[in-house]
Amino acid sequence: MTYIAKPKLHHPTLACNAIGFTRRDYEGKISTLCAGCGHDSISAAIIQACWELDIEPHRVAKLSGIGCSSKTPDYFLGQSHGFNTVHGRMPSVLTGANLANRELIYLGVSGDGDSASIGIGQFVHAIRRGVNMVYIVENNGVYGLTKGQFSATADLGSKSKKGVVNTDSPLDLVGLALQLGASFVARGFSGDKKQLVPLIKAAIKHRGPAVLDVISPCVAFNNHPGSTKSYDYVREHNEAANRLDFIDVRDEIVVDYAAGELIDITQHDGSVLRLRKLHANHDPHDRVAALAYVHERQAKGEVVTGLLYVDAEAEDLHRHLNTVPTPFHRLGAKELSPGAATLAKINAALR
Amino acid sequence: MKPTDIRVPDYFHKVVDCQWACPAHTPVPEYIRLIAAGRYSDAYLVNWKSNVFPGILGRTCDRPCEPACRRGRVEQNNGEKPEPVAICRLKRVAADFKDDIRARLPKPATKQNGKRIACVGAGPASLTVARDLAPLGYHVVVFEADAKAGGFMRTQVPRFRLPEKVIDEEVGYILDLGVEFRGNTRIDSLRDLLAQGFDAVFVGSGAPRGRDLDIPGRREAAANIHIGLDWLASVYFEHVKSIGKRVIVLGGGNTAMDCCRSARRLGGEDVKVIVRSGFEEMKASPWEKEDAMHEGIPILNYLVPKTFAHRDGKLIGMTFEKVRAERDAKGRRQLVPTGEPDAFFECDDVLIAIGQENAFPWIERDLGIRFDEWGLPVVDATTLQSTHPTVFFGGDAAFGPKNIIWAVAHGHEAAVSIDKLLNGEDIRQRPEPSVSLISQKMGIHEWSYDNDVSADARYAVPWREKEKTLKSIIVEVELGFDPATAFKEAERCLNCDVQTVFTRDVCIECDACVDICPMDCITFTWNDEETELRQRLTAPARNLDQALYVSDTLKTGRVMVKDEDVCLHCGLCAERCPTGAWDMRKFLLEMTHAGPACHKPARREAA
Repeated sequence: MTYIAKPKLHHPTLACNAIGFTRRDYEGKISTLCAGCGHDSISAAIIQACWELDIEPHRVAKLSGIGCSSKTPDYFLGQSHGFNTVHGRMPSVLTGANLANRELIYLGVSGDGDSASIGIGQFVHAIRRGVNMVYIVENNGVYGLTKGQFSATADLGSKSKKGVVNTDSPLDLVGLALQLGASFVARGFSGDKKQLVPLIKAAIKHRGPAVLDVISPCVAFNNHPGSTKSYDYVREHNEAANRLDFIDVRDEIVVDYAAGELIDITQHDGSVLRLRKLHANHDPHDRVAALAYVHERQAKGEVVTGLLYVDAEAEDLHRHLNTVPTPFHRLGAKELSPGAATLAKINAALR
Repeated sequence: MKPTDIRVPDYFHKVVDCQWACPAHTPVPEYIRLIAAGRYSDAYLVNWKSNVFPGILGRTCDRPCEPACRRGRVEQNNGEKPEPVAICRLKRVAADFKDDIRARLPKPATKQNGKRIACVGAGPASLTVARDLAPLGYHVVVFEADAKAGGFMRTQVPRFRLPEKVIDEEVGYILDLGVEFRGNTRIDSLRDLLAQGFDAVFVGSGAPRGRDLDIPGRREAAANIHIGLDWLASVYFEHVKSIGKRVIVLGGGNTAMDCCRSARRLGGEDVKVIVRSGFEEMKASPWEKEDAMHEGIPILNYLVPKTFAHRDGKLIGMTFEKVRAERDAKGRRQLVPTGEPDAFFECDDVLIAIGQENAFPWIERDLGIRFDEWGLPVVDATTLQSTHPTVFFGGDAAFGPKNIIWAVAHGHEAAVSIDKLLNGEDIRQRPEPSVSLISQKMGIHEWSYDNDVSADARYAVPWREKEKTLKSIIVEVELGFDPATAFKEAERCLNCDVQTVFTRDVCIECDACVDICPMDCITFTWNDEETELRQRLTAPARNLDQALYVSDTLKTGRVMVKDEDVCLHCGLCAERCPTGAWDMRKFLLEMTHAGPACHKPARREAA
C-alpha cells in the first residue's frame, strides 16, 4: 500500500465528459490493498466506465460486504453513496435500498468469500428476485485478508502458495447466475481492461440483475505456479467468447466489422451491445446454450470470458412487484396512507 | 520502436530538464533537495563546482533552466498559471544561508607544473578558466583593465540587483587559489602578450561596446545622450551620480532594464522605456520587465526612433515613428509605418541600450586568428579553440553577447581543452560526464527523497519597500527567500533526477502502475513506430522534445511505453509495483572539468 495521497495534478490533456467531470473526478481515496492487486485494476475499470457513461456520481450507490474486494468502493467514486454491510449481507441491503429508491444505479461489489461462502444465500436470492443492479464479484480464489486459505471458488486440484492441493469442488458463479435467472452474465479479467470496461458499461446500462465475475489475481497469496487464478494462468487459458463494444444511445452506430460475425443487442434504453463473436457455437441469447457452452469450455480447462448471456428485454423486481414509478422514499404521507375509506374498501374485499 | 538504452547518459540527462537546459549542466534537483534539507553549504558547493558563482547567478542568471522546468508543464490546465520552480532564487538561498565554506574549497597547488596561462579580462569566463586550472598547478595570470576582477558582473550589473560584497566573495574564492591577478592592465596587443611566452591564452574580454544610434540630432544633443553600457559603468565608478528628471531608455534587453531602473534611482522621475518592436518580442527576461514596471517605469512599444530634438544645443525630446508588425509574402515579420502622426516625447536624457558588440582592436589580424564577417573570431563551439592553436575564446568574446552562465560553461570547456592540449592530447576528444544511477529505495514504500508532490503554486521572492529601494542605487531590491519559504518552494521541485527505471524481466503486467499514475504516463501496448505509438498511449504524447521510454517485448507480446514528458517522479508506479519492476533511481550527472578525469584512460591510469 501507498502512504501518500495520489497527487491532484493530472495530465494537461485530461478530458472532461459531457457533464464536466474528468476521469480523475471519479476516483476515490488511495487504495490500501497490496501492490499489484487485481482489485485495483477493477476499480480503475469502474472509474473509466462511469466517466465514459457521463454518470453523475451522486446517482450511484456502492454497496459491499467484507473482504479485500469489499474495501474497494472506498477507492473509486469518492462522491457517490456507499454502504459497507455485514459480511455477506450486501445483496439484502442493496435490495432494500433499491426498493426504497429505484432511481439510483446500484453497484454491488463483493468477493468470492463474501458472495460464494458466507453470503451465498444472499447472492442467489438477490439474483432470483431480479434486483436491478450491477453485481461485481472480484474473484481471486483465496481469502486474501486472512492470509490465503482456499475460497469456495478455488479450482479442484489448484495449489496454494504453500503447495497444498485443493480437494473441494469449486463453486461456479457464472453457472449459478445463469441458472438463477440473471439477465446479464459476463466474466472478465482484471488484467484486460479493454474487455472489462465495455462489460461494466453494458452491465450498468442493463435493466435487471447483471452479474460480472471478474478474475482478479491475488498477488500476495494466489499468483504462483499451480494456481488457476494467477496472471500467467488466466492469460494462458483465457478464451474470450466475444468482444463487446458498448454503444451509448446518443452515439452513432458505425459498422466497422464484416457482417455476420456481429450481433447487435439493443437494450431497454436504446443503447446497443455490439458483440463480435469469437466462437461460432456461442449464442449469447440462449441461456441454456450459454450454460452448456461455459461448462463445455471449462471442462477443457479454459477460462471463458466475455458477455456470456444477456436478455435485453428482462424485467426487474419493481416490475414484478408492480410498484409505482415514483421512488418510495419520495412518497409522502398522503400517498402512503390512503385513508380510512380506502382501508375499509380493502377489508371489505377480503371478507 | 527499439528498446530504450538507459545506459546512454543523454537519455536520463534529458529527463532532468533543468540540468539539460543549463549550459553548465548544474545538477539542479540535487541542490534543491539539499536546500530542503537545510544543508545550505552542501547545496552551495554543488553549485560552486558546476557554475562557480552561485551567489551572483542566484541573483542575475538568465535562468534557461526555468522555462525548461517540468513543473511548468505539469501545472498546465491544473490551476491558475503554470509556473516553474524558482530555481534561480533557490540558488541564492544556498548562498545566503551557507556557513563559511572556505575550508572545503580546493587549495592552491603545492607544486606548479611549469605551464603559464594568460586570461584576458577578469569576467566570469576567464575566472572559470582560472578556477579550473590553477589548482592543477598551472600558473594562471588574469589581466584586467579595471582595478578589480569581475568584469561585466561588477561594472555593468547594478548594485541594487547584485551587492558588491557577493562579487568580492565569489571572485575572491577564485583569486585565492593562487591565481595571479593583474588589475589596471589593459591588453593592447595580443602579439605582445603571445611574445611573453604563455603556453595558452584565453580571451574572455566580453562584448564591451554598446551600439550607438545614428539618427538626426545625435551629435548636436550628444551631451545628454549616453550609451547604456558605458553609462552603467560610470554609475558604478561614481563618475555619474545623477540624471535628468525625464529619461528615455531605448532598447528592450536586460541592459535597458538595468538602465531604466538605475535612472529611476539617480533622479529620474519620469523614466520610460521605448522599444521598436512589440512588448512580447523584447529580449529582456520577463521578470526583469516586471521589476521595471513594478518601479513605475512604463514600456512603450512599436515606436521607431526618428530624431533627437534639440534646442540651443540641448536635448529636448525624441520623435518616433509609429509602426505595427506585419507578415510579408514570405511570412517574415516586418515593422511597417501605421501612417499615424509621429509621436514626440519630451526628455532631458536618453540612454541607448539597443545592443552590444564585440571589439577586438587589440588583436592583430596577422596572428593566424581568423574573424568572420561580423567581426567575431572563428571559434570551435566545443573546444573553444580559435584558428590559432594556443588561443581560446569564451564568454561574450567568443560568440557575442550571451550571459554569465554561458560564460561559465565556456570557461569549463576551454579549461578542459587547455589541460588536454598541454598534455599532448587531442582536444576534440571530449571527456564523458560522470554518471551514477542509484536506487532510492529505503524500505517498503519508503524513499530517500520526498516523493509526496507539493501542490503549492510558485512563491514570490519578497521585495524591499519601493520607498527605500528607489532612493538608493546600492540597496538591494530583492530580499531573497527566508528559510521557511525556501523549503516550501524547494518542495515544488519534482525530483526529475530520481528516474523511473523499468526492469522488463520481472514485470507481470498487472497494470497497477498504469492505474495509479496520476499523469497517465504509462501504457502497455503493441509496439509500433514512434509516431504511431505517440497517438495511442493512455494520454497522447504530444511533446516531441520528450522521449518515450520503451521496454523490450513482455510476456504478452506487448511493450511498456512511458512518456517522460509530464512524469511527476512521485514514485507511485514503483510503490504500486508488486515485483519491483519499477524502481526509483537517482541519476546524478556531473560534467568532467579540467584535471586527471578529463584525460585519456591511459593517462589517467599513469597519473
